[in-house]
Amino acid sequence: MNTASVSLGASTSLQSRFLQLAMAGLLGIFVIGFTGFSHIEAVHNAAHDARHSMAFPCH
Amino acid sequence: MSVFRNVVFVAAIAGLLAGLVLACLQAYATVPLILKAEVYEQAAGGHEHAAAPAAPVADAGTNAMSSAAPAPAAAPAEEEEGWAPADGVERFSFNVLSNVVTGIGFALILVAFSEFAGGIGNWRQGVFWGLAGFAVFTLAPGLGLPPELPAMPAADLIPRQAWWISTVVATAIGLALIAFRRSLPLTVLAIVLIVAPHVVGAPQPASYDTPIPEGLHHQFVVAVTLTNLVFWVVLGAVIGVVRGRFTGQSSSLRDSFA
Repeated sequence: MNTASVSLGASTSLQSRFLQLAMAGLLGIFVIGFTGFSHIEAVHNAAHDARHSMAFPCH
Repeated sequence: MSVFRNVVFVAAIAGLLAGLVLACLQAYATVPLILKAEVYEQAAGGHEHAAAPAAPVADAGTNAMSSAAPAPAAAPAEEEEGWAPADGVERFSFNVLSNVVTGIGFALILVAFSEFAGGIGNWRQGVFWGLAGFAVFTLAPGLGLPPELPAMPAADLIPRQAWWISTVVATAIGLALIAFRRSLPLTVLAIVLIVAPHVVGAPQPASYDTPIPEGLHHQFVVAVTLTNLVFWVVLGAVIGVVRGRFTGQSSSLRDSFA
């Protein structure tokens, strides 16, 4: 579908590339989990308006 | 670790920009409605975090299965307000910060996912990827769990979060099957995946009584949906531009599905 030359980080092996992409995706999921889903009261209050405005399940 | 570093770099720039745009849009479109709703909330007797009777977590499955079944009634949890940003500049600043961080989170997911499919080559491909993200993260979960204002009734938080995540995952897999597998049976499976969470149904509150006027809520749903549409399109487009600059070349449009 795509040659390595147009990919980010052209010189890495396919397996390493897969792992690194998966890690980046997991980091994103972790970040979303923190800002959008965390039950910690202070985090909820800090992100309150953003949570409502992004339609995360809230309260 | 060059791939990881590059993905984080592109996602950070795109998330920062799109998050700032979203925060500005929210300041005009959604936050004023939230503040209005909080007036109704105060009038109705304080900040009711658990306005709806809290269903036991164990009921999550059954609750989601039958959307019509009311959750068992329980006393609303007494919740003492913890630290919260003070109204005004502080609250606005934390909203900007939250939007930027959330934007970077979504950008990481979008960049990582799109790299598996060859990467977002330019701003126009980015717009299509952004629309896909909008469908997955805003439209699909928003059908069952519309954006809610403070003081609106809702089922217990955990089942709703579980339904939200399941819907996002199912919709993402469905769209990917349609876009990247040119096969009729898989496309049928994709539609089934996209429809399934809504057949199961989102967890519903036991009662829909709310002090919030319906007009206000409708306005809020429209505002949230449109601001998130802009957010996702900006996010995708910026990823396309930054990634193109970064790799020094952009794949031509005809090579992509867009």
